[in-house]
Amino acid sequence: LAERTNLAGVQHILLVLSGKGGVGKSTLSTELALALRNAGKRVGILDVDLCGPSIPRMLRVQDSAVHQCDSGWVPVFVGQDKAIALMSIGFLLERSDDAVVWRGPKKNALIKQFVTDVAWGDLDFLIVDTPPGTSDEHISTVEALRPHQLLGAILVTTPQ
Amino acid sequence: AEAAELRARLRAVRHTVLVLSGKGGVGKSTFSALLAHGLAADETKQVALLDIDICGPSIPKMMGLEGEQVHQSGSGWSPVYVEENLGVMSVGFLLSSPDDAVIWRGPKKNGLIKQFLRDVDWGEVDYLIVDTPPGTSDEHLSIVQYLSATHIDGAVIVTTPQEVSLQDVRKEINFCRKVKLPIIGVVENMSGFVCPKCKNESQIFPPTTGGAEKMCQNMNVSLLGKVPLDPQIGKSCDRGQSFLAEAPESPATLSYRNIIQRVQEYCEQHQLQEEKIM
Repeated sequence: LAERTNLAGVQHILLVLSGKGGVGKSTLSTELALALRNAGKRVGILDVDLCGPSIPRMLRVQDSAVHQCDSGWVPVFVGQDKAIALMSIGFLLERSDDAVVWRGPKKNALIKQFVTDVAWGDLDFLIVDTPPGTSDEHISTVEALRPHQLLGAILVTTPQ
Repeated sequence: AEAAELRARLRAVRHTVLVLSGKGGVGKSTFSALLAHGLAADETKQVALLDIDICGPSIPKMMGLEGEQVHQSGSGWSPVYVEENLGVMSVGFLLSSPDDAVIWRGPKKNGLIKQFLRDVDWGEVDYLIVDTPPGTSDEHLSIVQYLSATHIDGAVIVTTPQEVSLQDVRKEINFCRKVKLPIIGVVENMSGFVCPKCKNESQIFPPTTGGAEKMCQNMNVSLLGKVPLDPQIGKSCDRGQSFLAEAPESPATLSYRNIIQRVQEYCEQHQLQEEKIM
């Protein structure tokens, strides 16, 4: 029995990674999403940086909230034509200055939810923005995405 | 019993400073390294630099210690010494190759951090500087928890001027408040660039929401200083040299030195107050 999962309608999943912080992962993820949308593609962004979610501000939706539907969480629709689907922990914080002070296991649980419980619908590209490092968030994201069509990773750096 | 072990090991540490940021790539490790160099310039002071960024340890390279290994003795792990009075510890020294990824979940990272504090024979230390990775997670919770066995003078929080950094740094400030970690102050790195040829100043990372200055006012924390961008900083870091020694005339060096002095004064004030109470 093939269960239609929330990622079943997503054609390509791209991870944006770096070992290093502050090199422009979120910036690139945002620009890539906007450029793909401009080229007529259906695009979503999943922001799994739980401690420092930057994407909502970059797309001017830092004050948005999310709600649930039958198949899971409804993403926030952003961009000029409100056609890019975005999910970020930024939307779940009561106040944007609230620190998410979670240890690994709690982060892992949320990431798993983010990956499987967001009602993405049909997308050509899902771009996954990650925090710096090679730890819980990265391991959990890759594990949760494994059964799906993972296109590959883009690595971002600066020259030094 | 564990707490007692940590207390015993850290008993001879007089001052502890954590270097934090919510944001990555703002210059925590750079600042930690220069703070260590600055404090160790006084040969009568013993300085220890502990790098708890397990996934991306920058300190070995910045201190010119790549390729060094950690030795064990009867009294524990020996730090790697840059100078006689400046010892360093980092996961970087435990890797067989600098490109090896440390792909560990939280609990394993916590275990290593505890080992760094419990098993490293730091000896008598005037200043223990702890460089941290970006975020507010396992490493940060653990270091605050383990260091409660001694006391932490406070945290220096590093940022750059743009709002995308500040929004993560506000979280870090709130983290410090949540875990009752005193905040020594905030350092704003990459704060403007002065062209060495035409002397014109540019804001490479414009402070669209008022920069660290406004944030510090709003959140009632000290702004320790602003450090301008200087390409020599990155070069010195890459080459493992002290930027303060390589470019003594740079405006960035002057800023760093002022900030280091303020951190020192804070620690000494703190100690005087404690001695008064006792």
